[in-house]
Amino acid sequence: MTKPMTEPLTERQLGMATEKALTPPPPGNPVMRLRDVGVAFAGRTAVRGVTLDVPEHQVTALIGPSGSGKTTLLRTLNRLHDLTRTAQVSGQVMLGDIDVYGGSISPTLLRSQVGMVFQRPNPFPTMSIYDNVVSGLRFNGARRKALLDEAAESALTAAVLWDSVKHRLKAHASMLSGGEQQRLCIARSLAVEPRVLLMDEPTSSLDPQATKRIEELVTELKTRVSIIIVTHNMQQAVRVSDYCAFLLMGDDRAGQLIEAAPTTKLFEDPSDERTLDYINGRFG
Amino acid sequence: MTTLPAPDPNLARREEIQRLAAGSENRRKIYSGVAMSICGVFLAVALVPLVSVLAYTVQRGIRAWSAAFFAHLPTPAGIPGGGIWNAIVGSLIIDGLAAAVAVPFGIVAGLYLAESEGRVAGVIRFAADVLSGVPSIIIGIFAYIALVRGLGHFSAAAGSFAIGVLMLPIIIRASETAIRSVPSTLTEAGLSLGARRSTVARRVILPTALPGLITGVLLAVARGVGETAPLLFTAIGSQYFASNPTQPMAALPLVVFQDGIQAYPDLQMTAWGTALFLIAVVLVLSVGSRLFAARLGRVR
Ligand SMILES: Nc1ncnc2c1ncn2[C@@H]1O[C@H](COP(=O)(O)OP(=O)(O)OP(=O)(O)O)[C@@H](O)[C@H]1O
Ligand SMILES: [Mg+2]
Repeated sequence: MTKPMTEPLTERQLGMATEKALTPPPPGNPVMRLRDVGVAFAGRTAVRGVTLDVPEHQVTALIGPSGSGKTTLLRTLNRLHDLTRTAQVSGQVMLGDIDVYGGSISPTLLRSQVGMVFQRPNPFPTMSIYDNVVSGLRFNGARRKALLDEAAESALTAAVLWDSVKHRLKAHASMLSGGEQQRLCIARSLAVEPRVLLMDEPTSSLDPQATKRIEELVTELKTRVSIIIVTHNMQQAVRVSDYCAFLLMGDDRAGQLIEAAPTTKLFEDPSDERTLDYINGRFG
Repeated sequence: MTTLPAPDPNLARREEIQRLAAGSENRRKIYSGVAMSICGVFLAVALVPLVSVLAYTVQRGIRAWSAAFFAHLPTPAGIPGGGIWNAIVGSLIIDGLAAAVAVPFGIVAGLYLAESEGRVAGVIRFAADVLSGVPSIIIGIFAYIALVRGLGHFSAAAGSFAIGVLMLPIIIRASETAIRSVPSTLTEAGLSLGARRSTVARRVILPTALPGLITGVLLAVARGVGETAPLLFTAIGSQYFASNPTQPMAALPLVVFQDGIQAYPDLQMTAWGTALFLIAVVLVLSVGSRLFAARLGRVR
């Protein structure tokens, strides 16, 4: 991109992003690279020394016991810790060849490329289904109706929600069930065509049926976006992810990366004993 | 030969607890009755003055009400057919101007307080608290010295200033509460879509908090409409129709005060009628703010 990084997305750039998503770049390249990433809250280290390559167009699962810093690590990737005054991030995070904390990209522009789906569905309560889906585009300055309509249909179709909501796009988002709301939130993130989608336990508030549909969705979406998903559920990690990173807190209570490997390798033949203990349910 | 099972300690404990519960039932009924009666007494203590003031005002005031009462200008004592049209318009102008300034300032200040934790925010919050405790007559005197004496004449605008200052802390605190009650995950969702903080505030936080903001504004207006003391030093009242805010102007509470202390029965009746109207206006505003607050609860 030749324009200064701090500019909001223009309609053309958003349009280009839509086209780009249709032709996935060659797999194998890491989309995000973490080098010695650490996070401290008010001087207390919560995550330490994480070095990890996140493969492009794959699903990467972050697993580990409660308090091991999965959420904390995830939120460093789209700079959500910027909101917490006490939070201090160290190390290097690269998105492609952009240094996330290097100052060459504004947090806002970064977040339009690294979206996030949260634990509980959080559609904007004052907006209709349609307005929710296109909200990110509008926040970034897109106004042209054709562009918004196209993006809405594309994102809702990708989130397997289009058929059930296309006749009630003007209805309130709160009319939808919890699972549908979560898919709406996924569509809302997809509509801005991010390169990476962060998901923090996206099914933990859903029933098994809705969970299944989200899991299916996650595996379908990886042609469009690289996904990093935090989960407590190891079956889920096995079902949805290609690559898996295991975090555990050390003796100093700070979370560390114990092991990262292709999911089948990590679950069938972990190289660290602690990983084996964890996946066998021996602690955490 | 079978041995009897050993007595289950849990079963024994359960029996004892149930015996105790049954034994204390009567005692608890008596306590409950006593507590209910005490509540009833306090309810009566609270309701009696309220109901009697209301009933008395309705009884005295309703006789003043007629189409002419609301549509006509005041007449001198003894001449029938006078009304409070100028005071209705005056209150609308004075309180409208006050709200027009206090509402945007108050909401922006509330947003700032809700979004920041620093020292400055603490000072502003404290200042707003102190301001809401200052007697309204003091604010009236301040407006008198600053604006009336400064400009050389009484004016509705000086009244608006004083009323606006009274409204401000109410709006600030209500807005802060309403904005704080917007879940932070909505802010994070907005930011995660690439929105700037100001965009999130404008497009997500404020619309979500809107019912609460309206509640605060209605409460502030309800408070401002009834304020008399600050207007005595500023808008001062008028027998004529006035719509120019730089001039003295009539207002509903001023009619109650000024006509109410006259010896003429017809002016006193006007005062009662106006008082009843003021109560009705405040009641509508308060009920309205309740309804909006209820809507705020439903959105979540
Ligand atoms: N805003 C914050 N301020 C202070 N400490 C925090 C903050 N957020 C997280 N922490 C600390 O960081 C550590 C890791 O928390 P984190 O939420 O990342 O764990 P997690 O792996 O996501 O756990 P869970 O599986 O329960 O969600 C915890 O010790 C937590 O107390
Ligand atoms: Mg977590």
